Amino acid sequence: MNEAQTNNARDDRLDSGGPMIQMDGVSKWYGDFQVLSDCTTDVSKGEVVVVCGPSGSGKSTLIKTVNGLEPFQKGTIKVNGISVGDKSTKLPKLRAQIGMVFQNFELFPHMTIIENIRLAQLKVLNRGGDEATTRGVDLLGRVGLADQKDKFPAQLSGGQQQRVAIARALAMDPIAMLFDEPTSALDPEMINEVLDVMTELAKDGMTMMVVTHEMGFAKRVADRVIFMDRGAIQEDCSKDEFFGTPRGVRANDFLSKILTH
Amino acid sequence: METGFDFEIVRESIPFLAEGLVLTFQLTLLGVLGGLVLGTLLALARLAPFKPLSFAAATYVNFFRSLPLILVIFWFYFLVPLLLGREVGAFFSVMVAFILFEAAYYCEIMRAGIQSVKKGQLAAGSALGLTYAQNMRYIVLPQAFRAMIPILLNQGVILFQDTSLVYVVGLGDFLVHADIVANRDNRLIEMYTTVAIVYFAFCLLGQFLIRNLQRKYAT
Repeated sequence: MNEAQTNNARDDRLDSGGPMIQMDGVSKWYGDFQVLSDCTTDVSKGEVVVVCGPSGSGKSTLIKTVNGLEPFQKGTIKVNGISVGDKSTKLPKLRAQIGMVFQNFELFPHMTIIENIRLAQLKVLNRGGDEATTRGVDLLGRVGLADQKDKFPAQLSGGQQQRVAIARALAMDPIAMLFDEPTSALDPEMINEVLDVMTELAKDGMTMMVVTHEMGFAKRVADRVIFMDRGAIQEDCSKDEFFGTPRGVRANDFLSKILTH
Repeated sequence: METGFDFEIVRESIPFLAEGLVLTFQLTLLGVLGGLVLGTLLALARLAPFKPLSFAAATYVNFFRSLPLILVIFWFYFLVPLLLGREVGAFFSVMVAFILFEAAYYCEIMRAGIQSVKKGQLAAGSALGLTYAQNMRYIVLPQAFRAMIPILLNQGVILFQDTSLVYVVGLGDFLVHADIVANRDNRLIEMYTTVAIVYFAFCLLGQFLIRNLQRKYAT
């Protein structure tokens, strides 16, 4: 299959072990309004899954249920075998293993870049100060921002801030990364610098769930595409299948709107 | 009756006045710090998801904000020794009164500050694995505090003026010491004018500080 050819490096990872993220019948309501209905999907280790769909379709809500930032009322989610909705699950401990990148970066404005990356290493992973700094500088180098470590977030461009946010998440050595519209708040000329970092990450075998409208990224990097509409997963297929012959009318409609410009 | 103004008396009584001013500053500083710490805890309680806790904090705040400060000073002057079962002195009673009273106002300021921190910040902290307490300590409170510095200082300036109410329990603050000299030498106008100028100068300095900080932290 095409998918296997493009991702040779990842195959051995894919084969070993069960799914990294398992969602089964996940439903969520805000009062009477259902935002997620019966969502079921798996993300294997090393797999890159792009979640797309019209705004308000529940895609952001869906990935936020994975690390328990959004509670859900029905169904189960397991990350690396640990049930997210289970009351006995220590959510902070689980979240420390799952990196998340937000639409609005959410760097801590009162801390320098390196302090942003050090904080959770020190307080959550109990790493020593030197180790945390070394790891932080290393990761900043990886996203091309080693020289910015002592600046404050407000002194950086949006694209730079988002790359720092990715480095901050990576510093926790996550087993999977969640991206919630990572380029939606960026000026067009900065989108690629962030997508490039994400592409590198995917190549290195990171397990990723990415909510995005960047269909070019999906075509290049994704293994699978999930299309959501009105809180439900409408399509869940390989990217070739998705971009080749979208079956549903809604997905077709969505693609035709988003790919024309 | 003396005629004409004689400000020489002010110069002569500087050590005695300074002694009073030190007490005024002590009361202000302890009131601000104690009130801020207790007020921050109250604000956290008020915003806690556990309803009885937030209700208790709200009740506390509404209660103290409904009382005149002078009443609280009086009241605690008699109440604190009774509660502790021993004499504690006017200074201690007044301190307790100031801290408890100011905490109600600082609570509301810090609550506004905490609510001004973007919700996404909390999500980002949580996503990194920080606990609720760590989120508050490292992410939310530092930002809330920065955002509220001008208002917090403003509240401090108000307290600086309000400490003069301690005369009702016989504590010798700046105003009381000036008053003693004024009455002893019958130099009321001179002493009260001096007191007014000193209060004005310190408050002006405070306002200046606030304006500068406002500019610095304006986002």
